[in-house]
Amino acid sequence: MKERPSSRQKILLPLCVLLAALALWSLLSVLRLFPESLFPSPGQVARGFYEEMQRGRLFDDTIASLFRVSVGFVLAVVLGVPFGLWLGHRVGARMAFLPVINFFRSLSPLAWIPFAILWFGIGDTPAIFLIFMAAFFPIVLATLSAVAGIPTIYFRVAQDYGIGGVEMLCRVTLPAIMPQVITALRVTAGLSWLVVVAAEMIAGRDGLGFLIWDARNGLRSDLLVVGMIVIGFMGVVIDRILVQLTRIPSVRWGYER
Amino acid sequence: MSDKRIELQDVSHAFGTVEVIKSLNLTISDHEIVAIVGPSGCGKTTLLNLLSGHEPPSSGSIQRVGKARMIYQQDGLFPWLTVEENIALGLRHQKDEEARRRQVRDLLTFIRLEGFAGHYPHQLSGGMRQRVELARALAGETDILLMDEPFSALDYITRLRMRHELAEIFNERPRTVILVTHDIEEAAQLADRIVVLSERPARIINVIPIRLPRPRNLTHPLVVEAIHCILAQMGLEDAVIGPELQPAKA
Repeated sequence: MKERPSSRQKILLPLCVLLAALALWSLLSVLRLFPESLFPSPGQVARGFYEEMQRGRLFDDTIASLFRVSVGFVLAVVLGVPFGLWLGHRVGARMAFLPVINFFRSLSPLAWIPFAILWFGIGDTPAIFLIFMAAFFPIVLATLSAVAGIPTIYFRVAQDYGIGGVEMLCRVTLPAIMPQVITALRVTAGLSWLVVVAAEMIAGRDGLGFLIWDARNGLRSDLLVVGMIVIGFMGVVIDRILVQLTRIPSVRWGYER
Repeated sequence: MSDKRIELQDVSHAFGTVEVIKSLNLTISDHEIVAIVGPSGCGKTTLLNLLSGHEPPSSGSIQRVGKARMIYQQDGLFPWLTVEENIALGLRHQKDEEARRRQVRDLLTFIRLEGFAGHYPHQLSGGMRQRVELARALAGETDILLMDEPFSALDYITRLRMRHELAEIFNERPRTVILVTHDIEEAAQLADRIVVLSERPARIINVIPIRLPRPRNLTHPLVVEAIHCILAQMGLEDAVIGPELQPAKA
């Protein structure tokens, strides 16, 4: 049988790795193997972090990025899931749309950056557009394949028990695809967070992506690392929030086969 | 006959070029329990699918009076609903909340899963899931039950006990039952008539009536006789058929 880690181990073990990484980083900067402007020390980064917090810019940038991701992602979900449902139920429509959807899913959302700027200028809109383009197609694909894969037996049982129409959608189709859709949401939310950074680097005047781009331009490698840490940390936070969805009792079956 | 529930007339079915069922004629009366036995892969499950109306036959006609529920071999439970919610699905038309809860509780007692109301299907063993399927189908007022090997995942003792209790449930609230099984004992203990099918394409090779009240002892001479009769029919035992059970032609 596999050993179950205790809750203390769950905290202590990752903490050890973190501290070791920090120690290595400190060592490398103490040894001055690289010029200070290219390889900031943990102390410099901590000071940079404090400075940014004082100015309130870090907070504002984080909020700006989160706002863009939320809007773009929610739009993609609200439009993508129903579209996927429809395609999942209609073989003809699926055949018609699938090549196009696969094409756009394979097209890097970053390739849209020039058009995003040409069409929407600088600010929230191009970033939201890019996030939408990144999230929409994977969500449609995941939903439609989940719908197409629902075992026929569920629909037969539903018919036997007098379930039909809208009730069929709410009580059979949606719960049946929920585990797969939640997985797709986690993946696409991560993708959206990757895209927002790139979008803001090029088409932004604020946001975490702009923060690190601006830090590079100002040769503030300490702030660059601050931005990187916050971006990584927020990405983990977003995923931790979405992972809570997989703990809902009525979707556990999808992850515990 | 006015109490006819199900009538199959010259029903044939094929998947592509594979003939599964050939020229089947069968009439099932109200409250009759008919067991269908035959070699595996002979088309028993297909026959149930046709009877349920989920699949139309390639040719011939099937008439069915009243609603039917199918009890699947496995995985017919909704995995996103708890045991209790799955069973309550069978009582959807029971408006009285309290009555519904009581009936679910009674059914849980019947399948001996009282402590499992809040469990999800994936947390149960195969045999437990089968029992929940049975409870869900029995809940409510459905007249026709189509059972596809409903006890196949149960251990021998549980199977015997479930058979016994099912027989009593049917005594209390008679229903028309078509029971597909390859458990010949099960057929002999529960059925009014046993239909023996041939290898694919399935034809009826014999119909064995058993006139004996339920629940029946497994060792009752007539039950033993019927078992022998089926085994002989399937070429698994030497045929010495007693006078009470002279096979009636279909």
